[in-house]
Amino acid sequence: MDFQRQMIALYTVARKEVVRILRIWLQTIVPPVITMTLYFIIFGNLIGRRIGEMGGFDYMQYMAPGLIMMSVITNSYGNVVSSFFAAKFQGHLQEMLVAPMKSYVIILGHVTGGIVRGLAVGAVVTVVALFFTRLEVQNPLIAISILILTAIVFSLGGMINAIFARKFDDVAIIPSFVLGPLTYLGGVFYTTSLLPEFWANVSAFNPILYMVNGFRYGMLGVSDIDIVTAYIIILAFVVLAFGTCLYLLSRGIGIRE
Amino acid sequence: MSALSLCNLTKTYANSITALQAIDLEVEEGDFFALLGPNGAGKTTAIGIVTSLVNKTSGSVSVFGHDLDTDLAAAKACLGVVPQEVNLNQWDNVHNCVLNQAGFYGLARKHAGERTEIVLRELQLWDRRDETARNLSGGMKRRLMIARALVHEPRLLILDEPTAGVDIEIRRSMWAFLRQINEQGTTIILTTHYLEEAENLCRHVGIIDAGRIVEHDRMSAVLRKLHQEVFVLSLTDIVPSSLSLDGFDYQVVNEHEIEVEVHGDRNLNQLFEALSQAGVQVSSMRNKTNRLEELFMRLVDRRDKELTERIAEPEMRL
Repeated sequence: MDFQRQMIALYTVARKEVVRILRIWLQTIVPPVITMTLYFIIFGNLIGRRIGEMGGFDYMQYMAPGLIMMSVITNSYGNVVSSFFAAKFQGHLQEMLVAPMKSYVIILGHVTGGIVRGLAVGAVVTVVALFFTRLEVQNPLIAISILILTAIVFSLGGMINAIFARKFDDVAIIPSFVLGPLTYLGGVFYTTSLLPEFWANVSAFNPILYMVNGFRYGMLGVSDIDIVTAYIIILAFVVLAFGTCLYLLSRGIGIRE
Repeated sequence: MSALSLCNLTKTYANSITALQAIDLEVEEGDFFALLGPNGAGKTTAIGIVTSLVNKTSGSVSVFGHDLDTDLAAAKACLGVVPQEVNLNQWDNVHNCVLNQAGFYGLARKHAGERTEIVLRELQLWDRRDETARNLSGGMKRRLMIARALVHEPRLLILDEPTAGVDIEIRRSMWAFLRQINEQGTTIILTTHYLEEAENLCRHVGIIDAGRIVEHDRMSAVLRKLHQEVFVLSLTDIVPSSLSLDGFDYQVVNEHEIEVEVHGDRNLNQLFEALSQAGVQVSSMRNKTNRLEELFMRLVDRRDKELTERIAEPEMRL
């Protein structure tokens, strides 16, 4: 199948994913927005008033980019893991596997779905944030590029999880026991300068720290991490995760007998 | 030209079960081929390997000359597959199920839309195009899977038990449709448990048992290998107590019915002659067993007998 046909196949997979997101918008868009609204009310408005300033901004302003990034991470991951695993579990993943599509087309199609859902939820959470605080975007290009790259990393992560998952429990384990703790400890709610030196050093091994701070730099112009370092780390994860997905799909691991 | 060629194809699963033991199989272009075998014989594994859903252990597969190892995309483009299990996206509507499949094969949107309409109309699903797949009946789901497999106009269509659980009326309409697309040039490989289906539709047959091809020939040649048929005769009057049919063995089923064995060296004229001589009037007659089913059971029984003998041998030596 030539390149043009591969692109038609890519468009088909991506379109199918976006249609799915829109078809079940009550499950894909609304719940994360409600959760984030509660974060703004409880942590930002009620508790945040007592905290005062952080990183030179009032706490609500400081926290908002973290919450936007958190919603992008969880939703891009959740979209691909649930969609790909459901396709595998119901068997209709075979529709794609029997077709002459390249593995990278299947990956990119699903990643497009993850990016669309991550950015859609991120956009709605941004609108919600505007009801609570004033948001300025210092470097729009950096902010949007970090968001998209992060959505790609976690979409690919969701796909790896779905490839290995054999039952629905396996789909919930990584978000609950890995993704959640890393996100909460990734500088969403605080600056690492508040941490003791030991824990600040430990945090340097958390990739989400680079994503949250990269995005915060794009929004507010402040970051615990050097922005170039953040880009290098995120891009490295993109390459690593994409390579892993490509290897797994090409070898048929987890999807072929 | 071979539509499908399997050479020394072997599959051993991770649990050490060998599903296919170096099988060779050729299916000619334009053929309507039946692949038969009991549950667990290796049919679905063979189809899984051909459709690249199962990784082979060794051997080679080529589809219209395209080797799966070296020219996978070209081989896949020639194939359409209807799996045994319903594997539709249950939340998609009928139209999108087929349209998306066309897109996966790289058909441009406009052409994909036209093909979708054609196959849905052919399979009488066009009026249900907005229905969600999960709301369809079992027969409609089967037809939708056939429509999905045909949307990119494959040269080789593989159907793995396509009529399982489908009522006789729909089954017969599906047979007519499959005959029609075969006459139009599509090569078809069919696995089925309904041996009558294979006997009616297919020109060649391969029988697979315990991972080995035990029979591979023209359907007519395979059926000729049967030397005996059993007919059930309904008699007008009660079966006489001292009935004797010259050269034919029979059993009394009930007071109005008998089963008569006709061996390969006798014919029905001789049977009716014997019945006339005995003064018996026959009101109706039917073939007791499907002939292919009979042959199939014999082959499997022979295998079971050989196995039993092999297991028993060491004990005899003791």
